[in-house]
Amino acid sequence: MVVVCGSFQGKSPVKRHVPLALVFITGFLLVIQYFVPNDASDFLYSYSLDWVIVIGIFATALGLWSLVKVTTSKIKRRQRGWGYSVVTLVGLVVMLVAGPIWGIEDGTLFMNLFWYIYTPIQATMFSLLAFFIASAAYRAFRVRSLVAGVLLVSALVIMLRLIPLGPISQVNQVFASWILSVPNMAAKRAIAMGVGLGAIATALKVVTGIERSYMGRD
Amino acid sequence: MILFVALILFIAQTGFSEPLPAPAVSDVPNDNGHALDISWESIESDSIGDVSAYEIWRSESFEGPFELRGTVPAGVFEYRDRGDKERSSNNYFPKGKPYIYFIKAIGETGSFDTPPSEPVSATEQWYHAGKTPVLIGTIIFSALALYFVQIARRGKKLYIRPLSGIAAVDEAIGRATEMGKPILYLLGSGTASGIATIASYAILGRVARKTAEYRTKLMVPCKDPVVMTVAQETVKAAYSEAGQPDAYEEDSVFYLTSMQFAFVAAVSGIMVRERPATNFYMGSFYAESLFLAETGADAGSIQISGTEQVAQIPFFVVATDYTLIGEELFAASAYLGRDPLLLGTLKAQDYAKAILMFILIAGTITMTIGWSWFADLFRVNLQ
Repeated sequence: MVVVCGSFQGKSPVKRHVPLALVFITGFLLVIQYFVPNDASDFLYSYSLDWVIVIGIFATALGLWSLVKVTTSKIKRRQRGWGYSVVTLVGLVVMLVAGPIWGIEDGTLFMNLFWYIYTPIQATMFSLLAFFIASAAYRAFRVRSLVAGVLLVSALVIMLRLIPLGPISQVNQVFASWILSVPNMAAKRAIAMGVGLGAIATALKVVTGIERSYMGRD
Repeated sequence: MILFVALILFIAQTGFSEPLPAPAVSDVPNDNGHALDISWESIESDSIGDVSAYEIWRSESFEGPFELRGTVPAGVFEYRDRGDKERSSNNYFPKGKPYIYFIKAIGETGSFDTPPSEPVSATEQWYHAGKTPVLIGTIIFSALALYFVQIARRGKKLYIRPLSGIAAVDEAIGRATEMGKPILYLLGSGTASGIATIASYAILGRVARKTAEYRTKLMVPCKDPVVMTVAQETVKAAYSEAGQPDAYEEDSVFYLTSMQFAFVAAVSGIMVRERPATNFYMGSFYAESLFLAETGADAGSIQISGTEQVAQIPFFVVATDYTLIGEELFAASAYLGRDPLLLGTLKAQDYAKAILMFILIAGTITMTIGWSWFADLFRVNLQ
């Protein structure tokens, strides 16, 4: 639906009002659908999801086109890091060719590339998160104010609850549980409630046409 | 006389002191009419020993044939017989068709059948009564929003508390312009129809308008091709609105990959090579949040983030310069646009929060003194 709206950018009244009408009707129908449990309502919902899938398939082709265009442009202009673009293009072509020709069952070229090249690289990237957490923690736990001090103490209590500390463990466990289930939970729920209200407000603004900046108008 | 003799024989045969009732069958409330609820009483009999399971049998008539619909272990006395709505399915459960049920208790030494139930049919509902609190809440909030929009439309000035993250947007774009470096905008990992992504489009529209005015380079790498398509149109329209349609570069909004860490690697590479002056992270982010924010910090960029994902907020708070926490992401577009109508909805949000706080305090007090009726008013039954 948003894709349709985004594609009408003309100045004529039809092009201005048709997207808004589409957004309003679709949005209003789907709000009603949430409160109606019957078969017609189920059909409307699954039909809408099917549309999303169809749009997604067409958009994937556009996405691939965009990737090829941007990478070839970088290679042509010999932009900084253009070698990475070559690797991207080669990877894209090899996977696109290997799948249809040799299939995607275990033991085929496609799956071997996936299991023995892509998966280890992804695992390596994910493992780097440990180092990023360490550097972020160092920045967060610098005691520059009273609030930062409270944060540091709370973090220490939470981290130490997983380490055996003899007689202190039990006390620490109680304190850690209290931090997690009282102040931490209260803050999380407050944020969740705010997010809920914000989401409803955004949906209302989009459905009623108050928010149109995504269509290029204030 | 014959009935009496039959009853005596029945009792003598089964070991029951009184005849067992038939199972109770009722329509499942708030559904699409393809299910029935069956409940029965505990069956204990000397003749079959300890009951290990109950079988639920169904038929269209008292004469049968009966079909086994399910089995539950001993100690469970209810069963939801749910079927499919598709006629082609082997488990098709037509609505409006009466069915008869009986329960077979499986014991150590034999089994025992209850009498059949009365015929009951499944019906569909046109309103989900369990969602009434959601409906009332939505109506109240919508009414509040429309009221404040009307007030704003009449020209009344509405006070909105300042947000440092929003105030920094103009400053961050100006910094990029002065440095002659690009601005990187990420819409997150959400789908195109995700509410956080929709909020992010709105912010992108405002940011793109500024970059068009200042002639600053904008880069929007996308993880979802649908998101890319919408973002391209949003940026293009923003450039047209700013009177700079020629400055729009189609390749400024581009697709990278849908794989999470491959996307992280590609964006990190862009950050390290291009050294953008400002990074925006607006939308739904998951494990990639800390990767991106830390790499951006290392690259020396000013970073403004906003997400509705509670678990990622701490990472953004630590690693970026300004963070829009939760609802502030949804409010950002209104702050940036300063449109009175949009500000009206923000005011409604503030009032809705005040109502929620009152309800929470009242709920805490009433539950503490043992009045559960107040909390029950807000209970949502999604079954």
